[in-house]
Amino acid sequence: MKKKLSTGEMVSRLLAGDRRAAARLITLVENEMDDHHEVMSLVYPYTGKAMILGITGAGGAGKSTLTDHLIGKFREQGKKVGVVVVDPSSPFSGGAFLGDRIRLQSHSQDDGVYIRSMASRGYLGGLSRATYDVIRIMEAMGNEVVIVETLGAGQDEVDVIHIAHTCLVVVTPGMGDDIQAMKAGIMEIADIIVLNKADLDGTDRSLRHLQGALTAGSFEEGAWMPRVVPTVSTANKPEDLQGIDELAATIAEHQTYLRKTRAIDRVRYDRVEQELGLIFKDELQKIIFKGLKGTGKKREYINSIIEQKNDPYSVVEEVLNTYLLPWE
Amino acid sequence: MNNQKGTETIENREKGSTNDDSFKNLSGFKIKALYGPEDISQPGREADLGLPGEYPFTRGIHKTMYRQRPWTIRQLGSLDSPSKANERIRQLLQMGANGISLCLDMPTIMGRDSDDPLAEGEVGSCGGVAIDSIEDMRNLLEGIPIDEISINFVSNSQSSVILSMFVAVAEERGVPLEKLTGTMQNDILKEYQAQKSYYFPPRPSMRLTIDTLSFCNKHLPRFNPISISGYHLASAGATPVQELAFTLANGFTYVEEGIKAGLSVDSFAPRLSFFFKVHNDFFENIAKYRAARRIWAKTIRERFEAKDRRSCLFRVHTQTSGSSLTAHQAENNIIRVTIQALSAVLGGTQSLHTNAFDEALSIPTPRSEKLALRTQQIIARESGVINTIDPLAGSYYVEALTNQMEAECYKYFKEIEDLGGVISAIEKGYYAKIIADSAFSYQREIEKGERIVVGLNEFFEEEETDIELREADPEFEREKVSDLVALKENRDQALVKACLNEIGEVCQGSDNIIPYLIKAVKSYVTLGEIIGVMKEIFGEYREDSIY
Amino acid sequence: MNKGRKRRILIAKPGLDGHDRGAKVVARALRNAGMEVIYAGLHQTPLQIVNAAIDEDVDAIGLSILSGAHKTIFPKIMTLLKEKGASDILVFGGGTIPKKDRVELTSLGVGEIFTTGTDTHVIIDYLNRTLET
Repeated sequence: MKKKLSTGEMVSRLLAGDRRAAARLITLVENEMDDHHEVMSLVYPYTGKAMILGITGAGGAGKSTLTDHLIGKFREQGKKVGVVVVDPSSPFSGGAFLGDRIRLQSHSQDDGVYIRSMASRGYLGGLSRATYDVIRIMEAMGNEVVIVETLGAGQDEVDVIHIAHTCLVVVTPGMGDDIQAMKAGIMEIADIIVLNKADLDGTDRSLRHLQGALTAGSFEEGAWMPRVVPTVSTANKPEDLQGIDELAATIAEHQTYLRKTRAIDRVRYDRVEQELGLIFKDELQKIIFKGLKGTGKKREYINSIIEQKNDPYSVVEEVLNTYLLPWE
Repeated sequence: MNNQKGTETIENREKGSTNDDSFKNLSGFKIKALYGPEDISQPGREADLGLPGEYPFTRGIHKTMYRQRPWTIRQLGSLDSPSKANERIRQLLQMGANGISLCLDMPTIMGRDSDDPLAEGEVGSCGGVAIDSIEDMRNLLEGIPIDEISINFVSNSQSSVILSMFVAVAEERGVPLEKLTGTMQNDILKEYQAQKSYYFPPRPSMRLTIDTLSFCNKHLPRFNPISISGYHLASAGATPVQELAFTLANGFTYVEEGIKAGLSVDSFAPRLSFFFKVHNDFFENIAKYRAARRIWAKTIRERFEAKDRRSCLFRVHTQTSGSSLTAHQAENNIIRVTIQALSAVLGGTQSLHTNAFDEALSIPTPRSEKLALRTQQIIARESGVINTIDPLAGSYYVEALTNQMEAECYKYFKEIEDLGGVISAIEKGYYAKIIADSAFSYQREIEKGERIVVGLNEFFEEEETDIELREADPEFEREKVSDLVALKENRDQALVKACLNEIGEVCQGSDNIIPYLIKAVKSYVTLGEIIGVMKEIFGEYREDSIY
Repeated sequence: MNKGRKRRILIAKPGLDGHDRGAKVVARALRNAGMEVIYAGLHQTPLQIVNAAIDEDVDAIGLSILSGAHKTIFPKIMTLLKEKGASDILVFGGGTIPKKDRVELTSLGVGEIFTTGTDTHVIIDYLNRTLET
């Protein structure tokens, strides 16, 4: 039913900013279809210049409305914006209910904004890997800012956020205890902590907690010290919004820091390193399962582990010796 | 006495049905095979029943109930253009109706004028009237004795404007406002919870509702300023007990807001009325009404310290369930409507609309409308159910169910309170989630065959069915738009601008807005223009929940 | 695991009417059938719907219309899809839509229109069958 364009044609349309081509290519990489690798090779030279912003936090923290306002700020600066919103897939059916577009409606008629909803699809590492590719396609499309929004719940999502140059963790007041529990995690990934819904009770206390946690942390000389920015993103009227300008300014500040101190090089290096790791992990798994396919060995191994005749580590070792050693 | 034997029978029957989950009502309560004295004899609860017309009114709000005067038969008709609607109202009045209901078309419901680009194709839709300006209200009410008949405006988010137009026309015609009777639905909370015809965030909307309430309180003492509606909650998927709990919680919220606005509870609570839906489960529905009366009365007296007994009366209009009607084997709907209507009557409703059996297929025909009306008349005149008051009182099952409904209700009240009240709960997506969950489970139960709909998932027959819609007349739309454009051109533009500016300012302050709206509509400011200015001040609401 | 292409469906409620019960029930049922449902919510204009459908690269757009506005909305959506070179996206619908209008809409290229009360499995089967090719 769909018109078949060659991969090359699709990519040239993408580079010209064609939304439909972008959308199709994203589907293609998301589903790891046959020409996935070819697409990424063609796209790669046109990537690397966009600013990648990660936004994560618990459900109901107001991430999407915050994203919505940030898109507005970048648009004011004349920048084209791509947004990837990741939501969990249902573990039972594999389906997903992706409703974040509702909150990003201010830009639904703006040609300079491209929004894509993605389901996590629950496969190991795959989400992060697909997200890397989706971001690259958005970059190649001509977006100068790419925002990745994820639900900060599991390890996979935290992985995703490593992709970003600047990472925002969104919290809300009254999460006091949670913040304590999250402290380590937040410190690790947040460049900016957004205390959203800062018109609620408990804002001052939460602010103190967060500031306290940050000053207690140890930072290298000259390193970026995470900032806390209070915001109100869920107001229905523009004049009731708070902190959006400050947030945009803090993001810009972090970007300047990255460029000035050459810290961006480090971020880029880490990103590629992580990405390579993910690809290796995936590809090796594929090679191994492919090798086992039809031999009946996979079932044999699994059963031997269940029956406690063997343990997972010994099995992996044996398999690696069988399938990987010949390449050594 | 044959007590021994009776107990045995109960035990045997109970044995046969233990762990049998399939007997559930629509609220999900497990229904026992048999109810007995032990199910209703809770110490200290004797006073909960009382007598009809006496606190806490479980058995009905009037001493005589239907013996003196049966419920009011209030059928809602569809109306089209203001002038066609006017014709139809005159017909209805000639046929002896003493009250009429007015529905609005979709653009008016959404606060948009007929010439708004988003109104295209929907002007005069859904059998509602398009009200853009005072001119439409004049045409609609021309020659109608508005000081004698009661008008029920099915109007919500736009109520402040509709009331202002109504008042303005009455003033033009020299009708004293204190003579006006009728109802403004004006229930904004359920819009956010279920019907989704909102413009502004809940808090400014509530302010407009209370401005309307206060204005009526002062100037239209015989007019009901809010009809708190569970019907729409139920239509969106709420179960009967959810309908009950959410409707009452909304009612209490209006009372709180009225008191906050400086009104005494007894000055306006007697004017609050309710609107329920009859679901298919016969006894569950009856219990819902009985529990509603009791909870309302107790709360109004105990929590809000009302002194006037009329404040404690839960007065309710009922409509049979449109969503229970099937397109297949549509005649079956006649029976459904009959059972539902009987249930509402045994529940003690004050007025009733019975749906026409062909509504799932088309706009009702005169024949099906008449049949719906006759259904009520047969219940009232032939069935004998009105001969005695609250005939089901003392039924072990009905009383137990009433108590259970009441208890469950308080659980929902607690949840809502824990979320910070009704408006907070709306903002947190509480209702959206619960109602979507209930709607989905209901659908699943039907698809799995756990809940039977005769003619749909059992006793299905292949048949040709088709829906017939009353379409918005494109000719009417064109005319309406060109009339409106002409009206907008031929008015005192400076005055219009001044009125709109003034409305903007009042929105930012705390004055009652109605007098300013009356002035504006008299100056031919349109509904869409007023709502437009309000949106600029109040902002627009968007449902964020994604269930 | 991730074998083959996941079906992506946009569910939207165009026009002024806010009765979203049907749209939400169908959205959930499709999700439970393993599809990825992009829920665009209430009061969407045809342009917003088509833009979202293209950006999200959906296989199908499901529209719920109860207000009688189907005769304006469906044709607008079909025209926009054509203009934007996205006519391959299946458009289906549900709501109170008479047969003669359904026939008219079909001639514009609209797929199946389901009446209220349709078993959600019928919709799922329809999508699985139609999107097979």
